[in-house]
Amino acid sequence: MSTSSGTPESWISSFCSLLGHEYFAEVSEDFIEDDFNLTGLQNQVAMYKEALEMILDVEPEDDEDDEEDEDEDEEDISGDVRDGPRAGERRHHSRVASDLSVIESSAEMLYGLIHQRFICSRAGIQQMSEKYDLGHFGVCPRTNCNQTRTLPVGLSDTPGEDTVKLFCPSCLDVYVPPNSRFQTVDGAFFGRTFGALFLLTFPEYDLTRSVAETASNLVRPADEPAINGVYARNIAPGLGHGKIYEPRIYGFRVSEVARSGPRMQWLRDKPNDLSILDEALHFAGEGHSDDDDDDDQSMAVSNANSASGRSAAAARRHLAAPPHPRLQQRQRHQQNGSPMAVDAANGAESEL
Amino acid sequence: MDDYGSESESDYTSYWRDWFISSRGNEYFCEIDEEYLTDRFNLTGLNTEVQYYQYALDLVTDVFDLDCDDEMRETIEKSARHLYGLVHARYIVTTRGLAKMLDKYKKADFGKCPRVMCNSHPLLPMGLSDVPNLKPAKLYCARCEDTYNPKSSRHASIDGAYFGTSFHNILFQVYPALIPAKSTERYVPRVYGFKVHAAAALVRWQNGVRGDMRRRLRKMEVESGFKDGEEDLEEEDEDDDEEADEEHHHLQLTEFRGGNPSLAAGGGAGPSSSGFAGDPQMGSVA
Repeated sequence: MSTSSGTPESWISSFCSLLGHEYFAEVSEDFIEDDFNLTGLQNQVAMYKEALEMILDVEPEDDEDDEEDEDEDEEDISGDVRDGPRAGERRHHSRVASDLSVIESSAEMLYGLIHQRFICSRAGIQQMSEKYDLGHFGVCPRTNCNQTRTLPVGLSDTPGEDTVKLFCPSCLDVYVPPNSRFQTVDGAFFGRTFGALFLLTFPEYDLTRSVAETASNLVRPADEPAINGVYARNIAPGLGHGKIYEPRIYGFRVSEVARSGPRMQWLRDKPNDLSILDEALHFAGEGHSDDDDDDDQSMAVSNANSASGRSAAAARRHLAAPPHPRLQQRQRHQQNGSPMAVDAANGAESEL
Repeated sequence: MDDYGSESESDYTSYWRDWFISSRGNEYFCEIDEEYLTDRFNLTGLNTEVQYYQYALDLVTDVFDLDCDDEMRETIEKSARHLYGLVHARYIVTTRGLAKMLDKYKKADFGKCPRVMCNSHPLLPMGLSDVPNLKPAKLYCARCEDTYNPKSSRHASIDGAYFGTSFHNILFQVYPALIPAKSTERYVPRVYGFKVHAAAALVRWQNGVRGDMRRRLRKMEVESGFKDGEEDLEEEDEDDDEEADEEHHHLQLTEFRGGNPSLAAGGGAGPSSSGFAGDPQMGSVA
């Protein structure tokens, strides 16, 4: 999967191949070795230096003989308590068993926190998209989402608060992973940002396709309508008319007025005409604002005004208009269509 | 309601049904009473639906004594399972059946809602069709009022018609006290703490829909069932969006009403259908 990680026996790859760690990407060593990327983590992780050395498979005393070190680390993971003393003796004479297991858990914590940052970087999000393509993160359990692939997210950026959840881009909701082995994985290792950032980074993904139908074809027609900065067809495709469960008894719909009637349909609802969601356009259309900076938008506004337009009419025209300039621009730079390019220029990722 | 279970316990040991409900993958089924199975009225129409109907029925009621080869036995066994499922769909909407399923619901035998904001609310099995062999069983969460696929493939391959489209709704008509409090709590996608515009715009629109619904209900003096007070528009996150919401209300209001012309008609059907549920003889009308 990863092109940048080292030998398959490295601490990182063995960590990622552990049961329950299927969601993790392999953070590249370049990313970890850049101190800038680790800013602030010293205070969050106990035995930071040792943990970092463990992750990078660096021997604290002598740096030669890398191969052997990695073998030792492999053993440490397979049974860190049982093998602890022996491995500890070999690698460092003063280190005791309890020390090693503390370092091991510190290393996992540190790796998770680096991972949270890494998957929001350009290389990381690219790697996660490869995993997404392969369906590593599972599918949405909701019936009307038709097995849409989900993304791992955290509900908090602080470790120890909640476990990893799955975000479904089709219904914009979060679910508990079906397998209980993921209930030991900290949500902070993925973070709150990744899910939404992923969708913004790869707007060309066809969210309506399930794992089975994934072809590599990501090129979309150029005149795809866009609303609020994303393709209209990618706004919650699993919601809206026909995708809402309607309770029925012997074929009769249960009334809203009944005590047991539907109360939560709003959660799965979506306007039939998505242009209603273009709030900026409506705001302008109702004459609140005259200073439009967007060509596209002012055109629609003038249309609306001249044609005795209610904003809905203008919006419909807007929907048919070519995609948002920003999206078009992104399509042109197809291969690394990522806003992260800006970050790279700022020096946030030195490996790029 | 627990009385029904104990009172109906017959001394007769039901080997086949015991075996059936305790075998792997059949955890969603409850045991059908002997009396219900032997009343021919409850089985109306099933003789055309099930192959070797009489043998299958004999097997289910433990009076099967036909000498036949293994292949035939296998076919009859399959028919018996199908028959049991179809009778099950009718049985679970009777008073006793509801009580039995309620017990299982309380024990969360059908699993828990995977939606994070539902806080592991127990699920109920359901079908998307009353016609057999069309759609597999799904799970219904009364808290978010949505349907989910069972986790295990063993359960996902059960025929949905063995539970029917009405059972889970009838359960809450009969036991309105069990309707869970509804929550407006939801997930909002964010990037570095900032809401994503496209998703946030949809959330604002949905909040508008919810506000309209609650206003409609308040006008008709129906309890909306939300636990967080009646002031829908005074939630912390929405204050800044109120103006935008109001703006869309009239637009989407017309759309919403236009889409549901039969809303009022359904209102008549709702309360009256609770009468059906108590009737033990009422079969499902496919």
